[in-house]
Amino acid sequence: MQPDLILLRFGELTLKGKNRTRFEDMVISHIRNLTGDYPQMKIVKTFGRVYIQLNGAPYEQVAAQLKKVFGLRSFSPVLRAELDLADIQQAALRVMQSLGRKPGTFKVTSRRSYKAFPYDSMQLNRHVSAYVLSRTPGLKVDVHEPDVELWVEVRQEGAYVFSEIVYGTGGFPLGSNGKAMLMLSGGIDSPVAGWQAMRRGLRIEAVHFHSYPYTSERAKQKVIDLTRKLSEYAREIRLHVVPFTRIQTGLKEQAPENLLITLMRRAMFRITERLAERNDALAIVTGESLGQVASQTLSSLNTIERAVSIPILRPLITTDKIDIIRMAEEIDTYAISILPYEDCCTIFQPRSPSTNPNLGVVERVERRLAWMEEAIEQAIQDTELLIIRRGEQEEPSNSLF
Amino acid sequence: MIYFDHSATTPVHPEVAQSIHEVLTRHYGNPSSLHRLGVEAEKLVSQARERIADMLGVSRNSIIFTSGGSESNNLAIKGAASRLRKRGKHIIVSSIEHASVHDTVRQLEQHGYRITELPVDQSGRVRPEQVETAIQEDTVLVSIMYVNNELGTIQPIEEIAAILKRYPKVLFHVDAVQAAGKIPVYPEKLGVDMLSLSAHKFQGPKGIGILYKRESVRLDPLISGGGQEFGLRSGTENVPYIVGMAKALRLALESQPAAWQRVSGLKKRLVEQLTGAEGIEINSPADDALSVPHIVNLSCPGLRSEVLVHALEQRGFCISSRSACSSGEDKPSRILLALGLSEAQARSGLRISLAKDHTPEQVDRLAAALKQVVQELRHLMR
Repeated sequence: MQPDLILLRFGELTLKGKNRTRFEDMVISHIRNLTGDYPQMKIVKTFGRVYIQLNGAPYEQVAAQLKKVFGLRSFSPVLRAELDLADIQQAALRVMQSLGRKPGTFKVTSRRSYKAFPYDSMQLNRHVSAYVLSRTPGLKVDVHEPDVELWVEVRQEGAYVFSEIVYGTGGFPLGSNGKAMLMLSGGIDSPVAGWQAMRRGLRIEAVHFHSYPYTSERAKQKVIDLTRKLSEYAREIRLHVVPFTRIQTGLKEQAPENLLITLMRRAMFRITERLAERNDALAIVTGESLGQVASQTLSSLNTIERAVSIPILRPLITTDKIDIIRMAEEIDTYAISILPYEDCCTIFQPRSPSTNPNLGVVERVERRLAWMEEAIEQAIQDTELLIIRRGEQEEPSNSLF
Repeated sequence: MIYFDHSATTPVHPEVAQSIHEVLTRHYGNPSSLHRLGVEAEKLVSQARERIADMLGVSRNSIIFTSGGSESNNLAIKGAASRLRKRGKHIIVSSIEHASVHDTVRQLEQHGYRITELPVDQSGRVRPEQVETAIQEDTVLVSIMYVNNELGTIQPIEEIAAILKRYPKVLFHVDAVQAAGKIPVYPEKLGVDMLSLSAHKFQGPKGIGILYKRESVRLDPLISGGGQEFGLRSGTENVPYIVGMAKALRLALESQPAAWQRVSGLKKRLVEQLTGAEGIEINSPADDALSVPHIVNLSCPGLRSEVLVHALEQRGFCISSRSACSSGEDKPSRILLALGLSEAQARSGLRISLAKDHTPEQVDRLAAALKQVVQELRHLMR
């Protein structure tokens, strides 16, 4: 069945008045952003509803894009029928036949706002129901807990029939809740955390720490590719690549081995905090999940976080690895993340990193590293800014193909 | 000299040659190297793979680069047979496959494999039901070409694939070397497990090709070593040719629909002028639905193909006697024999390839020259 329209339903129904309109407009803007390939599509607000008029655009592809839109709770493919009973009945049958899983029971709910239509809701229910039943062997009516509810709406401009509800990704409209800096390592977790943050309305800018020559060009490319995947949900994402070699080698030379990771992470957070200030971001987002590696025990998180005062948001803090992997596969970052290029977090692995670093000890060690402050400033100065745009290949080699 | 032998090989498109030259001279890194030159070369290979995958409507990881159609066929057949040797030792092919399929399965026969060759009708077509009838308990692979290289006949691949869907243990490989650039080739739409392509049939260079392999299919590699191409085809990647092939495929697909229209008209014209000519019999199916218009096969019973080819060359036309890979043999065409033709017909087979750049006048002159040559030779042979 090729639907004529798609009915949109927005999330967070508690919004009222002007806020609701603003919310809807932001979601619609995101939809337009993601469906640029289908210029024939129109988004229409009528009588308190928001519809997409497909005008021939392919439903499957548009639906795939809609599932990426933040702030959209669900949508339904809708068939439009003429204000004629026979037409409505046929549309109803087509809708029922197009359902993926054949239902055992159904119920028709009609709404007639166009009072000039000769049948009222009750009569519509009966006529449509009877028509569908007689042509669908094995189907029964259940008005209390049907498998499927078939909606028929008779309005002034036409009749609409739909049944299937496709769940979207929910959340808040893109960027509606402020900006945060995402620490993007290239592992499995941080891209998922980034997506979760974006879904909840945060505009993110990514920060990646690079230790050339200890980490390779390929590792950087991997992070660019991950950022590009995330930019499929936005339009563009700014990626800050921070040269971390000097700080990392300095720590390796001078700091106690078991505190290497702790001190490294504290430096990274400090740098990210300053980048946040420069870019008007009010929080840092990380992919940390409690208890996985030495730096992610509660004690480590506590000691590391004390280096900064900006709020740290950790969407995956209580999520199991298996679920993180599943989400990474859903947003298509998993295959890129598992490419085996060292990032700076794995490059100088101490033999036994501390899982319970003492804050006092850590602060004392840091006080002895006089060069650190200047190194941090320098790293920020030398940070490379890349603007990663959705769908754009940065290759100058396009002409070769 | 007018070239009418595109089914043997096609001239490299000038833009493709340009790309190859640039990559050959400037991007000479080994894609496995760690430094920038290596990374760039790797990016080129991966871009090519992505573009080709998009053009064919498949996933990136299902594209394997090989040295051409013959290697792709060998990898598909031997790779699958080896991997599935515990499952079974029966393979089904058609009787009109290219030598790189035919001889490969004959080689497997030496190792205890049983081969069933499906007969074809007078159009050169396999009947889908026959495939099903031939399936045995231990059949592991069916390999049927999409477009036959001597006749131009199109096999009912989609119908066969639909039947084989009910036999999930049997893999389906399709040699699509002659199809690419002539008719649409979309492996997933066709429903096949593996599919071979060769660049020099669509204006790319010789020595580079593709094996499409559905991601879930497991093969043993023919060439082992450094692990390139997902471990299935080791060896430093031929970066310039891979890029060239991607470009050639794009150009070929872009011009394919218009080319088909044009060539259809040219074939009709050629066939009209040759029908009824004394001593000339047309073997290719007339129906456009059954064969591609780009290949026209005919016989001149009583005359030898090689002599005809040289005679036409003298008059300025390059055609071929049959599959180029078997041209040197003095035997009758295996394909034409499979069609049920006589030995005389099979020994005198000629293959004319039509392309979008041919003009109607060139076709007229070829037809006239052919008729004249046949007449003269028949006179001599009397």
